[in-house]
Amino acid sequence: MKPFERIVSEYGPMVLRVCRAVLEPTEAEDAWSETFLAALKAYPRLDEGANVEAWLVTIAHRKAIDAVRAAARRPVAVENLPERPVAPHEHEDPELWRALRELPAKQRIAVAYHHLAGLAYADIASITGTTTPAARRAAADGIRRLRARYPPARSGQGENP
Amino acid sequence: MTTSDPEPDSPFAASPPENTEIETHLRERLITAAREHGVLDLAYRALETPVGTLLLVTTEQGLVRVAYDREDHEAVLGELAETISPRVLHAPRRLDEVSHQLEEYFAGRRTAFDVALDWQLSRGFRREVLRKLPGIGYGATASYAHVAAAAGSPRAVRAVGTACATNPLPVVVPCHRVVRSDGSAGGYIGGAEAKRALLDLETTT
Repeated sequence: MKPFERIVSEYGPMVLRVCRAVLEPTEAEDAWSETFLAALKAYPRLDEGANVEAWLVTIAHRKAIDAVRAAARRPVAVENLPERPVAPHEHEDPELWRALRELPAKQRIAVAYHHLAGLAYADIASITGTTTPAARRAAADGIRRLRARYPPARSGQGENP
Repeated sequence: MTTSDPEPDSPFAASPPENTEIETHLRERLITAAREHGVLDLAYRALETPVGTLLLVTTEQGLVRVAYDREDHEAVLGELAETISPRVLHAPRRLDEVSHQLEEYFAGRRTAFDVALDWQLSRGFRREVLRKLPGIGYGATASYAHVAAAAGSPRAVRAVGTACATNPLPVVVPCHRVVRSDGSAGGYIGGAEAKRALLDLETTT
């Protein structure tokens, strides 16, 4: 079994991107920390051949649900709503990330788990409690919507920095 | 295959790769939380020294392993993950105290180490031998035969050699002070050159 440090280095950035895609920036960091603490605790019992990405995203998904539920229970005055600050990673492509955050939850989750975490639709289906075709459809709908709001043809400056 | 690469039609394929490192504050948070929950079984760091980069590894009980470059630090961590626990994190601050003492030692300002040790990697007679080694004072040496006699088994000279060669805590547990009866340095887990360097350091400061 690899030292857990290797899991943090290899998969930490991916899990952080996934958390940031599905949660507010501050909640995303909390979810990341809780995900890796839970993963560290459970790590000695992980099967040698397990799909580590799917294992981590499964934990992160549960932590994200907890975070959203906790936020829903917290009364927030309208004037205190977060400004959706730009997270550090978003300078890489702020418009794309904004468009992603504006997707309906199901599509956003399917897009994040498939396109950011690289999970197969079958894994996404079992994590989110849906079917493989439904997960595939949610990701495809999400990508279509992203395309409509975020035309990559416009971003020529990406090739000529 | 249960994973797939992001598809070429993904808008994320066009965006530059993510920052490849997790921010320091997130790592710090994980280390702190892991300790609070009692699941940081092994913490490690690397320390630059005149005898090369040393890998330092600690459990909650104490320093459990010091490894030279030539032992291959990645391989050593892999072994420890198998034999002690895979809950291993790079947590340099957990090793501040021993690092500080090692720096003093290499600067010639320290003659003995005062850190908790975890002896779990050596057993039986080998452990007996190693525990006796700090008794050989700074700047002094003892022969394998002498150490065997001190451990109560004067004929176990070869076993003393093995104990030294498999010392999990070199430098801190001074197996480098055990030399051949003819006065030549003999083998060393960190290589003959490192042994010579430590002995020189101790006799010139």
